[in-house]
Amino acid sequence: MIRHAFLTAAAALALTAPVAAQDFAITNATVATGDGSEPIENATVLVQGGKVVAAGTDVAVPASMRVIDGSGGWVTPGIFVSATTLGLWDVGAVSDSNDSAAGSSDFGAALDVVPALNPSSQHVGVARTSGATRATVYSQPTGSIFGGQGAVVDLGADAEMVTKPRAFQMIALGERGARIAGGSRTATFVELETALREAREVAMGRRTPEDARLTLQDAEALVAVLSGKQALYVVVDRASDIRQVLGLKQKYRDLDIVLLGAAEGWMVAGEIAAANVPVITDPLDDLPVSFEQLAATQSNVGRMVDAGVKVAIGTLDGGTGGQPANAAQFAGNLVALQNVPRASGLTWGEAFAAISSVPAEIAGFGGKLGVLKPGAAGDVVIWDGDPLELSSAPMRVFIDGVEQPLSTHQSRLRDRYRDLDESDLPKAYDW
Amino acid sequence: MRIRALTILGGAIALAACSTDGSGGEVAKSASSPAASVESDAPFPSTYKAYPGEPTALVGATVYDGAGGVIPGGTVLFSDGKVEAVGLNLATDGYVVIDGTGKFVTPGVIDIHSHLGDYPTPSVDAHSDGNEATSPATPEVWAEHSVWPQDPGFSRALANGGVTALQILPGSANLMGGRAATLKNVPSRTVQGMKFPGAPYGFKMACGENPKRVYGNRGRMPSTRMGNFAVNRQTWLDAKAYADGDRKKRDLAKETLAGVLDGEILVHNHCYRADEMALVMDMAKEMGYKVSAFHHAVEAYKIGDLLKENDVCSAIWADWYGFKMESYDGIPENGALLWKAGACVVIHSDDENGIQRLNQEAAKAQAAGRRIGLDIPDAEVVGWFTLNAAKAMGIDSMTGSLETGKMADVVLWNGDPLSVYSRPEKVWIDGALLFDADNPRLRPVSDFELGQPGEGDVK
Repeated sequence: MIRHAFLTAAAALALTAPVAAQDFAITNATVATGDGSEPIENATVLVQGGKVVAAGTDVAVPASMRVIDGSGGWVTPGIFVSATTLGLWDVGAVSDSNDSAAGSSDFGAALDVVPALNPSSQHVGVARTSGATRATVYSQPTGSIFGGQGAVVDLGADAEMVTKPRAFQMIALGERGARIAGGSRTATFVELETALREAREVAMGRRTPEDARLTLQDAEALVAVLSGKQALYVVVDRASDIRQVLGLKQKYRDLDIVLLGAAEGWMVAGEIAAANVPVITDPLDDLPVSFEQLAATQSNVGRMVDAGVKVAIGTLDGGTGGQPANAAQFAGNLVALQNVPRASGLTWGEAFAAISSVPAEIAGFGGKLGVLKPGAAGDVVIWDGDPLELSSAPMRVFIDGVEQPLSTHQSRLRDRYRDLDESDLPKAYDW
Repeated sequence: MRIRALTILGGAIALAACSTDGSGGEVAKSASSPAASVESDAPFPSTYKAYPGEPTALVGATVYDGAGGVIPGGTVLFSDGKVEAVGLNLATDGYVVIDGTGKFVTPGVIDIHSHLGDYPTPSVDAHSDGNEATSPATPEVWAEHSVWPQDPGFSRALANGGVTALQILPGSANLMGGRAATLKNVPSRTVQGMKFPGAPYGFKMACGENPKRVYGNRGRMPSTRMGNFAVNRQTWLDAKAYADGDRKKRDLAKETLAGVLDGEILVHNHCYRADEMALVMDMAKEMGYKVSAFHHAVEAYKIGDLLKENDVCSAIWADWYGFKMESYDGIPENGALLWKAGACVVIHSDDENGIQRLNQEAAKAQAAGRRIGLDIPDAEVVGWFTLNAAKAMGIDSMTGSLETGKMADVVLWNGDPLSVYSRPEKVWIDGALLFDADNPRLRPVSDFELGQPGEGDVK
């Protein structure tokens, strides 16, 4: 029997006591900075005071600094997974453990994921062990077309998960929004415009409660959307719906719109680019799952990027094939498309950027997260190989310069059942 | 909106739709029962005929034969729909020669667990045809009667996944979900035109949360796991009485169950938890049938020894876990630990997206093993999505490996199939080239997609 009690103790400690960031240099590694460039061989990454100080080939390592030999390994910024529900649930179908939606609430836009976040959720740990260090977490629109306010989080094994609270608002348009709003897209847009008007009235101190359809709390929450201080993540897929969303910017000039889904985005890629609206999407959707996704194709991302759209891979969630831990696999598939005739894929650098610097930029953390450049957070992953390849995995993960435990419920089960020998004692004693 | 998080809340229901198992196709051997166990006597017989193909030589590729063998720089010869020879330096006179240098060849990919056709896209309510969720035991239904051949998912599985054969199962709402359909992944106007000639039928069963939730919520049995077993056992006892009789009175449900008891219809049992799988194997012994494969089997790694002893395959995902209570203990090392125990591993999809990447899922499962010191040869891992699936579906004498005389179901990959960077370049089914990445016309487009946005796109 192999005993791992010491690992458990270390993990428990990490969850309660803040650990100081370490200063270190990783040398002789293949380094991908996450900015869209191709990997650099025999490079060095310096982290001091929880921040990246340098990354590249021309980096001098201070004499006193702890050096990690990265020979044979790869070093990247931590993966930034966009549009997840990490920290909001334990078991998807066990509703008591699942805070990803509040369908029976009286509130919509006012909902805020922050008080519901649980850094001890196993899925946070599983994502971390896959090399993900940051995420955006949203609240799912169910009772209202507005899901509520999402946050930027880190996936560290500590009590403080929030990087930026109330970073964006979530709204469902398209088929889902129509269903919530009353059965038709016609209703969705009346709901949306009414909500923005009431937010404006609140902002100007002219709210008339007797005429209001939104709760005061919901209207107040939308003030920041109206002013563009808070991004508006719009769930939308159909080309015609995307055009309608882009049109909103004519009337509400300050809206900071981000498209989520955009399965038919490639059909209106030029318009999305011209509107300077970024996209977060599942890159492998290629089926007409609904009538709003008839033109879905894995070439969606490549074509939008070619048109100048800023595209992050995201909306990977839950515990099935598209779980956040598989973000790198999904990115790797876009590289594969480069070798498929007529398909549009991404270069390796672009694909890795789509799970690192680009999602960070969309979240408002350009240059601060998802990239290895001076001043960025010390979110660093050392991999045993090409991080987009199926055979690779993180060996060490740092968040803000703090090395993270890589033990999870899954790894403990793995260690317990490495053999099935119970000749001395039942498996329950093997821990 | 296809936000994946939305599947979390809906997961219980959505996954009840999945994780069923069924069987389709036709029984290979004739039997005395009137239960349509002989292909020639079966209703709805296969009308599939292989499409024309040229005698073809794939030369210079790394050849994984599906049976654990690998031939670097090998040659694969096929003609008249059959594999003729696999080896080194074979004469290619009279064959269309395709240079496979730097490329890889495998048998056609086989998905043992799919709902294409019975839960087709678009995923509208009108297409929800996988669960006859009106009674906990419906052995009388056949998945092939639900399959919509125009499901665009078949073409994605072919082009992106190299899938040449697949088993379409009923869902897992029911303890006994019905017969499964084994299909060739060929476009067809009818399901009969897809049915795999000579394939035995499968029979879908389900353990655990789904049946007890679906029926418990309606205030009827089963509402517990013990209720699940009680209903199953009584149904089997009644079936045994039928099977032991003269079987003259037609009874669709009991004909299927009798086919299982005769060993001619193969049981595919949706089951997550180790303890439940152990109970099911004992129930099978009590009633006199065999489980061919547990599907999903996320806790199979806890009982690899039992599964080996009982000769039951585990058809698994690489890494799905946590979406429902009984999947909470899923680990990425499941496949590798089963392999270590000497048990049979099959990679399955249960998903219209996952079926496009069974090779990638197998590679992830392999890599998880390597990280704990289990070095599973690539050639064996290829068997997880080819020959092992064929074995558990009872079609391994016909397909699943590149062996002389077998169906020429073949994939030419543009790189290592266990790499994320590789895709099928050409796919042959019974020697007919049905997908060619280099030829825009050799890509099936379903009726549903004609004249609509994205028609004929690369997908």
